[in-house]
Amino acid sequence: MIQLQQLTKNYGTFTAVDALDLSVPAGQLFGFLGPNGAGKTTTLRMIAGILRPTAGRIRIGGIDIVERPNEAKARLGFIPDRPFIYEKLTGMEFLRFVAGLYGQQGAQVEHRGRELLALFDLEDWRDELVESYSHGMRQKLIISGAFVHRPDVIVVDEPMVGLDPKAARTLKDLFREYVRRGHTIMMSTHTLEVAQTLCDRIAIIRRGRIAAAGTMDELRRHAEDGAEGLEDIFLRLTGETAARDLVEVLDA
Amino acid sequence: MTSDGRTTNVSPYGELVDRLSRVASARRTDLTHTPHGGLQVPAMRTAPFLTLLSPKWLMARARAVSAERGRGARWAILGVVGIVFWGVAFGLLYRVLRYFAGVEEIGALLAGKLLGLLLLSFAAILLLSNIIAALSSFFLARDLDLLVSSPTDWLPLYGSRLFETALHSSWMVVLLAFPMLSAYGLAFHGGFLYIAAAVAGFLPFLIIPAALGSAITLVLVNVFPARRARDILSVIGVLAAAGLVVLFRLIRPEQLARPEGFRSLVEFISVLRGSSSPFLPSDWLQRLLMGSLTGGGDPLPLYLLWTTAAGLVVLGALLHWRLYSIGFTRAQEGAQRFAREGSGTRLVRNVLSPLGTLRRELVLKELRVFFRDSTQWSQLILLAVLVVVYVVNIRYLPLTGDGMTFFIVNIIPFLNLALSGFVLASIAARFLFPAVSLEGRTWWLLRSSPMSMRDLLWAKFWTGTLPLLALAVGIVAVTNVLLQVSPFMFAVSVGTITLMTFAIAGLAIGFGTMYPQFESENAAQIPTSFGGLLFMMTAIGLIGVVLVLEARPIYAWLGARSAGENLAPGDLVAGLAAAAGVCLLATFIPLRIAQRRLDAIER
Repeated sequence: MIQLQQLTKNYGTFTAVDALDLSVPAGQLFGFLGPNGAGKTTTLRMIAGILRPTAGRIRIGGIDIVERPNEAKARLGFIPDRPFIYEKLTGMEFLRFVAGLYGQQGAQVEHRGRELLALFDLEDWRDELVESYSHGMRQKLIISGAFVHRPDVIVVDEPMVGLDPKAARTLKDLFREYVRRGHTIMMSTHTLEVAQTLCDRIAIIRRGRIAAAGTMDELRRHAEDGAEGLEDIFLRLTGETAARDLVEVLDA
Repeated sequence: MTSDGRTTNVSPYGELVDRLSRVASARRTDLTHTPHGGLQVPAMRTAPFLTLLSPKWLMARARAVSAERGRGARWAILGVVGIVFWGVAFGLLYRVLRYFAGVEEIGALLAGKLLGLLLLSFAAILLLSNIIAALSSFFLARDLDLLVSSPTDWLPLYGSRLFETALHSSWMVVLLAFPMLSAYGLAFHGGFLYIAAAVAGFLPFLIIPAALGSAITLVLVNVFPARRARDILSVIGVLAAAGLVVLFRLIRPEQLARPEGFRSLVEFISVLRGSSSPFLPSDWLQRLLMGSLTGGGDPLPLYLLWTTAAGLVVLGALLHWRLYSIGFTRAQEGAQRFAREGSGTRLVRNVLSPLGTLRRELVLKELRVFFRDSTQWSQLILLAVLVVVYVVNIRYLPLTGDGMTFFIVNIIPFLNLALSGFVLASIAARFLFPAVSLEGRTWWLLRSSPMSMRDLLWAKFWTGTLPLLALAVGIVAVTNVLLQVSPFMFAVSVGTITLMTFAIAGLAIGFGTMYPQFESENAAQIPTSFGGLLFMMTAIGLIGVVLVLEARPIYAWLGARSAGENLAPGDLVAGLAAAAGVCLLATFIPLRIAQRRLDAIER
């Protein structure tokens, strides 16, 4: 469903994403891990059609996003890491607006909007301006917005940030059910526990390149020397094991 | 840029927090000793006032030194357009003033009266824009949470916010005042004394409305709940409009153009010499400047200006000390508000339904965001004031009596077009120019949706242009009726203003997209950017070109008609067609460039 071929993004002389090859089949929840600044967000924003690749191809359901952007985007829903939305719209108006961007309207949109708001405990806030929402509520509204037009693929950058435990649980269940119905999710996260329990396959990206990709078992084999949990695997593969002397840092 | 390549502005506020906490710890540890026995030197001795202004300064500096493509060309363009603009403004005023200077006895008095009028307009504009800017900088700015939660004294906070408010509200007036004051200086051979008086007098002239405007806003936010900011600003706007109109009518400027209306020359001179508003700073500045030009040299106006400015700043500071924390708390309450879809929205939705789902939702979103944002729509009041003053003054133009020929009566609506065009350009700068910039934070949503940038531009263009067009045609039609112009001039001016509106809107959207301010926190500040300046100057240039193209054939046609001759319409048609062509090009080319630019924007 998502295919990346030699995907590259340069910012001037800096290469943020370096010849990435990746394929995510339909009906899979794919986790994208990596240290800060590894190129995760850049990759996801390219898949969502926000950034233009310097080189390489992105296909969504076989449609090239550079050549036929609107067709490819029509199949996508994107959830960014920072919940910036129109402060002067109400929650329901925002959902209607998002559906409108995808050419959808009418009773079905209203129904889906209400259902999604109810799912995330936002029904009482439906007619309140977004400016009065907390960070977590905005994140929930954006997540609802990504689902309101029923896309085939969801691209999500750090979905759990700011969510309360109940909403985080709801989102996990929603993601699993969505994938079970044959849709696809590509998700970046720093919450390794979420990745470990939720994702069918995981890729670890480091300095713009894939360090390893596969199921948890495949990653364990890749990391060798008995690493069990995803945290160990992650730290080994990304070379982040050398922790600074905390005492030294705090005394500095 | 971060290591993953995303361009991020390293927040200057991080540095600010660091510096503020160092200031706080420096205070606690003044003249104490370090663990190693050395004398503790406070980490920072910068005045907190400057520290508070430092993020803005650092951001401006970062923008200035960023290795942006085409920066040299930008500055070159700005330089040329700026010089042309100043040159034209200076040239026109200088010619008028030279004429005045040549008139014995009353020349300097007339020039002084004109200066008084200009300064009074400046004072009114300054006061209103300071009131509105103060609401943003003292109560709504996003960095206030950080500053209010930091160990910062109230006085530096007041000083820095007052400075910001004054800067944002005054820069355009200063730009306009420069050619004006230069023309006065040169026309009346002002020497060093004049330059010194201009600098020393203009500064308190800017401080007074800033301190007064900020104090008015502070009191209003304390009196009314801040969630009613919209209502407060409406009241201010209506009062200001009424006040301005009354002031202008009290001055009765039309009398000055008609000396024959006075019983004697002595009476005329006494009106010129008399002060129409002796308690206003504009009057003091006018007396100071004309005094330094004509050898009066009375220092009293300068004392008045500086003591009033100082007194108002002190008064403002005291008010701030007593009322700011209450007002700031109230301002936080302004956020929560319900907005349920009423019958009005349903009607608009139905009216817009032929546009299709996407365009209808885009237009609805534009309307909702605009009318729910008091920092946006409140500026309509400011513009309404300008329009009311303008129309009222047209109403009182002396169009009968000696010297008022058919030609003059018909050429005035033509000049009316220039002024209306200028008003339109200001409105477009405030509302259309920021349209694309305001999408900065939600760009991810628009960009990741299957929507062409053409649709976005379409929605921005039409939601801005249609109200602008209604206003433009309204102003021109009403003033034409008041001026009782011929049907020909009526048709020409309505046609011209229609095409000019499209061109100005196209330029505003175009420049706004070419020079977006995606990180700007305040919509009202976006037009004050480089791109905004460039837009204003280009729009004024366009108005000038269109009017010059139309002026000659219309001049000839009117001349022939008043002489009872028949004139072939070839020249007239060519002139009007050329003006229409310029307008159409100015509409479509910027929109085309804007679309390409939007397609290429990555953030």
